Amino acid sequence: MRHLIPEFEKLRARFPAGFESSMVLPCVRRIQEDRGYVADEDISGLAAYLGVPQIQIEEVLSFYTMFRRRPIGRWHLQFCHNVSCSMNGAERILEHVQKKLGIRPGETTPDGRFTLSLVECLGSCGTAPMMMVNEGYHENLTSEAVDELLEGLK
Amino acid sequence: MPGRQIIMSFPVTATSHTLAEYRSRGGYGALEKALRSMKPAEVVKEVTASGLQGRGGAAFPVGRKWQVMVYDDGQPHYLIANADEGEPGTFKDRWILENNPHVLLESMLITSYALNVRNCFVYIRGEFDLPYRRLAGAVEEAYAAGFFGERILGTDFSCDIVVYRGAGAYVAGEASGLISSLEGKKSYPRNRPPRLTVRGLYQRPTVVNNVESLSNIAWIVAHGAAAYKEIGTPKSPGTRLYSVSGHVNRPGVYEAELGYPWMKFLEEDCGGIVGGRAIKCVVPGGVSSKVLTGAEIKDLALSHEALWDVGSTLGSGGMIVIAEGTCMVTLSQILMRFYHHESCGQCTPCRHGTGWLHRIMDRIVAGQGRPEDIERLYYIAKFNDGTTICGLGDAAGYAISGILDKFRDEFEYYIEHKRSRYDGNLECLRSS
Repeated sequence: MRHLIPEFEKLRARFPAGFESSMVLPCVRRIQEDRGYVADEDISGLAAYLGVPQIQIEEVLSFYTMFRRRPIGRWHLQFCHNVSCSMNGAERILEHVQKKLGIRPGETTPDGRFTLSLVECLGSCGTAPMMMVNEGYHENLTSEAVDELLEGLK
Repeated sequence: MPGRQIIMSFPVTATSHTLAEYRSRGGYGALEKALRSMKPAEVVKEVTASGLQGRGGAAFPVGRKWQVMVYDDGQPHYLIANADEGEPGTFKDRWILENNPHVLLESMLITSYALNVRNCFVYIRGEFDLPYRRLAGAVEEAYAAGFFGERILGTDFSCDIVVYRGAGAYVAGEASGLISSLEGKKSYPRNRPPRLTVRGLYQRPTVVNNVESLSNIAWIVAHGAAAYKEIGTPKSPGTRLYSVSGHVNRPGVYEAELGYPWMKFLEEDCGGIVGGRAIKCVVPGGVSSKVLTGAEIKDLALSHEALWDVGSTLGSGGMIVIAEGTCMVTLSQILMRFYHHESCGQCTPCRHGTGWLHRIMDRIVAGQGRPEDIERLYYIAKFNDGTTICGLGDAAGYAISGILDKFRDEFEYYIEHKRSRYDGNLECLRSS
């Protein structure tokens, strides 16, 4: 994480004085973007840099669903299966994706290309069903649209 | 369009979210008016007089929350816009962030001026991508134009803003959980008192308002409280943004004047029910609000008081429309799984109660339900109510008992026959 410190310094300047603890979430997010996950050395390095207890960072990492301690596939498919998506066929399309990729939620394809996760409501109920692919939202999904989308992700 | 509009009053184009277009619609005129011709206390008075109620779920009067702040108590004050939109069925704040981010920023500046806030924050849910980029872009534009920073518009008022991204936790949408998260910790809610307006972010007086609530402030300051009260009903002034999803032909975000007839809204504005089916029930304001049957909503108006009168709430405005033929047992299983997943684990009744609710629903759906399970679901809902720091555990109970009250026979059928009366169906195919 050391090479990110100049960026963190810019971030620090946007917060009021004394808000170092608040920087845990944005710094962890940036580290994860950079490395793909958060490693042990990132935790100790960030704790020392911000002057917060190491346990605070470990708690944050285990509490929030978006943070991870291990690498995942290149394309992270996060499939919503909450009420409005299910009412619009999420389970049917999820079944299709599982068959196509040969993996179940929580798993990664052997070539490291895709990781499939199930998530709760992402605020896309009016354009359901939906999934996230890495950062982006893909809405109004159909089996055909998913096929086309996955083909394009190498 | 269902009545007058405040927030969605312009056609959305590829550039309608920009500062230039916002200004061409009169944007930042209210900030200018407030800074040049109103004292901070006058802004608070005007907002209080408008009767604006919170749009995040509880409909608490915004002015009353603000009045707790003591303008010059010598402490830093903070303002946080709650953009952690995560109540299932709700996606209206996302519309504001994507399409009208400057109305939120202008309103936050006015609010900061009124409450003596030097640093304000937007706490936006971590998954939101386009809404974040639009908002962050708007913040840059506003800084470049001199609306944030030192000595705004040449006055003594200075204000800075930070857009803070969450990381995936429903409970961070609860105001005190949000504050824990903004302090860089897991989003555990806090016991009150003290109220957040007394001790909030880093123990300083803090106002947390929903994005939509705040986005009304610019209009109220520009046009006055009296003009605002002319919109809506006497007890529910203004408009609300509804996120409409489920079995309707035209799902999406709609702004409607409070008091608008519900069925007219669904039939005319939302295009009616898929396949022309009858309405089985509607989740009125996010899944934590009690469901109302098609018969119950038939003659209802969309106002806070009308919903309270029938034992429910407009909540977050997240309206999920459910057609006849949908299995309420399978739907309940999803809801209980959701609350169990999102319980932060801090309070025992919620940590265990949501897990029990989830497991009982799982076994009913697997055909292993027991006749006593229905009373057990009620029992857990009842003992959860009011025994926890925040409302998440209560909400799980309201959701399940609300469905049981109206569709108990479906649960009995499922338990007795070990299968759904509706084959577990949740979908209502658009081609049918």
